[in-house]
Amino acid sequence: MTDTRISRRFAEVASQGRPAFVTFVMAGDPDPAASLDILKALPKAGADVIEIGMPFSDPMADGPAVQAAGLRALHAGQTLAKTIDLVRAFRAGDTTTPIVLMGYYNPIYVYGPERFLADAKTAGVDGLIIVDLPPEADDELCLPALAGGLNFIRLATPTTDDHRLPTVLANTSGFVYYVSITGITGAAKPDANRVAAAVGRIKRHTDLPVAVGFGVRDAETAREIGRNADGVVVGSAIVQAVAASLVDGKASARTVPAVAALVEDIARGVRAARAAE
Amino acid sequence: MTDLPNSLKNGPDERGFFGLYGGRFVAETLMPLILELEQAYEDAKVDPSFRAELSALSTHYAGRPSALYYAERLTEHLREKTGGRFGAEIWFKREELNHTGSHKINNCLGQILLARRMGKTRIIAETGAGQHGVASATVSARFGYPCMVYMGATDVERQKPNVFRMKLLGAEVTPVTSGAGTLKDAMNEALRDWVTNVDTTYYLIGTAAGPHPYPAMVRDFQSVIGTETKEQFFAAKGRLPDALVACIGGGSNAIGLFHPFLDDASVKIYGVEAGGHGVDVQNGHAASMTGGRPGVLHGNRTYLLQDGDGQILEGHSISAGLDYPGVGPEHSWLKDTGRVAYVPATDKEALAAFQLCSRLEGIIPALEPSHALAHVLKLAPTMDKDQSIVLCLSGRGDKDVFSVAGYLGETMSEM
Ligand SMILES: Cc1ncc(COP(=O)(O)O)c(C=O)c1O
Repeated sequence: MTDTRISRRFAEVASQGRPAFVTFVMAGDPDPAASLDILKALPKAGADVIEIGMPFSDPMADGPAVQAAGLRALHAGQTLAKTIDLVRAFRAGDTTTPIVLMGYYNPIYVYGPERFLADAKTAGVDGLIIVDLPPEADDELCLPALAGGLNFIRLATPTTDDHRLPTVLANTSGFVYYVSITGITGAAKPDANRVAAAVGRIKRHTDLPVAVGFGVRDAETAREIGRNADGVVVGSAIVQAVAASLVDGKASARTVPAVAALVEDIARGVRAARAAE
Repeated sequence: MTDLPNSLKNGPDERGFFGLYGGRFVAETLMPLILELEQAYEDAKVDPSFRAELSALSTHYAGRPSALYYAERLTEHLREKTGGRFGAEIWFKREELNHTGSHKINNCLGQILLARRMGKTRIIAETGAGQHGVASATVSARFGYPCMVYMGATDVERQKPNVFRMKLLGAEVTPVTSGAGTLKDAMNEALRDWVTNVDTTYYLIGTAAGPHPYPAMVRDFQSVIGTETKEQFFAAKGRLPDALVACIGGGSNAIGLFHPFLDDASVKIYGVEAGGHGVDVQNGHAASMTGGRPGVLHGNRTYLLQDGDGQILEGHSISAGLDYPGVGPEHSWLKDTGRVAYVPATDKEALAAFQLCSRLEGIIPALEPSHALAHVLKLAPTMDKDQSIVLCLSGRGDKDVFSVAGYLGETMSEM
């Protein structure tokens, strides 16, 4: 496995005996400036890895909270080019926190996959999660991304059985993202025992870290899930904190503190995950 | 399917591509299911008992074959405009006579048998005009499955009669308010339901789009339209028609008519897209091939209405069934190869054709095929009298009478 900010960060937290806290925010939500301020606040609040959503008009795998965040960003004029600029601006002040761009293929396809990979890499992006690019479509973006030195993180789901897992894992790098439920982001709370079994199953097939997300929204669930997972992903709860902080649909003085407070709270759960009981 | 090595009927390839278009661009949760569906369909296709059951239902339940009808008064009307010198014969392939009033039943019967074969216990569907929703609700009732239909809130409003029909048939209709509340948004919501309920649920897609195998499978189920047309026209005239015309929403009635004729080079083929307020009007039409660019949405690569950032546009059409920013991938390929000519017809042209057909032929067409008819009105007078055009009259207009009355009222008050 190539050495990247992502692999270094997972190794680092593992050596501290705890899972990584992976936070998801939407690029440009609620506006470009506030979005950068939110990003900057995340590492201090306890985020180990940051996933940045690339807004898309038709997010088929997302629930209402992430859909709404994407629409707020698009209404505020966010584009893929601006999302890359956002990463560049963040990197100017933080050279260690891994950044993963997450979204759907069409905006990248229209931007031009080659150009996108080059621009993302230069801006300081470390990995990509593209929801609608399964292994069957690896030649579209995954293989060029790997060749260009970016991690390509794949989702594994409860429907990914032992027969299919090797296909899913073949070109995955950085970490594996286990989707804890069949469903959309922000839906039902995952069952910790089932998730533990699934993580164990995936780990029999790979040495990569396994992060778990979809449905984790508080410190307690993060603690339960983090007991067996190498990373815990929280998204919908964070973008909902952004939404709740808005005044007349615009960022307010409370926006960044509200997000930071939630992230600090959940980070405590993540860090307590392996504490003796 | 496979005839000649260079046949235009050989697609898709084993990965579901028609040239650049098609494929399987879906979330991992759905991927195993889509592979299972592909296998189930491959098995069913060659299973004589599956074919026999589908054929019996098509005959006794749906009422196939549908008639091929010579529209004599419409033909004469257009000939008069050329002083009697030109004007091809116009024939209607009468899919509006099928049970439930459109071609959508052909696909639904095939897919419900597949759902049963796969042991699924719940049906979901998206719908625009409501014709596919009605056909899905119908086959679900007939086979005893619960059925959930996702329908854009805008479409619920403009296709009220069909909403009531679906409810009578025991289906649940969920209005979708995201986006512009039209077909694309209904499809997003159906996909969200599907990823959540993969184990139990069969997604009955209503057009020849979506991830492989849907485009090929829906085409196969709809190809009965073209196969019958070929036989019926040959019986009537002893030869092939000179032109085929069909409207394009996602493209299922069109590919159903076109596919059996793709290798018959003498047959000119026209797909008619929704030109809305005009293809020059930004976001004012739903002509994805005339006015869009290739992109990836709803599981396939195809022509899409989108902005420079790859965000999908809503589009506009008077017809709920054509109001979709994409198109089935096989059409995108047929466009690029030049085999089929894709042309737009505007809201106004479709409305005029709707009225003309009603008055001259005593057939009230749906607004969707009224677009195809609008192109026939332009095409026929340019052709010789010994030539013939077959139009796919994909559905009847009962569902549209209220919204058309609204539009006509507006036009009249403007005059
Ligand atoms: C009567 C009728 N024709 C055509 C269409 C468009 O669909 P397709 O392009 O898949 O035939 C619809 C869709 O609702 C319809 O109801």
